[in-house]
Amino acid sequence: MKVCEKSGRTIEDAVNSALAELGVERSQVEFAVLEEPSKGLFGIIGAKLAKVKVTVKATPVDRACSFLQEIADSMGIAVKLEVENSDDVVKINFTGDDLGILIGRRGDTLDALQYLVNLVANRKEESRVRMVLDVEGYRRRREQTLQKLAMKLADKVRRRGQEVVLEPMNPHERRVIHTTLQNNRFVYTTSQGEEPFRKIVIAPKK
Amino acid sequence: MKALVEILARNLVDNPGEVSVNVVEDAESVTFELRVAPADMGKIIGKQGRIAKAIRTVVKAAAAKEGKKVNVEIL
Repeated sequence: MKVCEKSGRTIEDAVNSALAELGVERSQVEFAVLEEPSKGLFGIIGAKLAKVKVTVKATPVDRACSFLQEIADSMGIAVKLEVENSDDVVKINFTGDDLGILIGRRGDTLDALQYLVNLVANRKEESRVRMVLDVEGYRRRREQTLQKLAMKLADKVRRRGQEVVLEPMNPHERRVIHTTLQNNRFVYTTSQGEEPFRKIVIAPKK
Repeated sequence: MKALVEILARNLVDNPGEVSVNVVEDAESVTFELRVAPADMGKIIGKQGRIAKAIRTVVKAAAAKEGKKVNVEIL
């Protein structure tokens, strides 16, 4: 966390010069007064400057990154985090060698980490920042695989005229399949069963 | 791996000072007994045990690397 101590004739002056040095806005920091200024006698003898300590507040993204870094360290894996900001989500991508352990079976571990990081980062925050984790583009690759699978199965359903039940998937993955086939002329999709075993059914349109 | 359980728990609770992890190990498995302040129980378990489940998933991933069976118990 970035900290800066500054002196000035008034508290206001001291805070401003600290802000200038840190290069941040007032709303991003909190400060503590270390020494109150005093004019001293006749403004000369014993005059003291104000002294403040200005600390840059940790943002949700800072908290997320340090949390994830700590986890990776304790697992003994070397990772680098890349943060990508878009309008309503923050994407955090892990890069490094041998990160399969962070993905887990069908992305189970990655989903668990993502759930936890969202909790940790948004604790005590008024507004929520949604975070999406990815490992070496795993989510994108998985999405493409699912889209291909959806097209292939839709074709099979069309030819055979019989419905096909897919294996259980998480909500995000089901969504990919529903979206891929929503404008398909020959088939429609529904979900059946209860979480976490909810699965998609692709059925022929009559 | 004990450190991992502690990191996960400390970051989720309001009283990180009261998080403690006790390790019970036998031949083929390790059990982490996680204790938190009573007020923080909800923060560590979550709705329908969702947080507890996520913690277990992450710890199991770390354990897979070391080839041991692990349990996380919340006491």
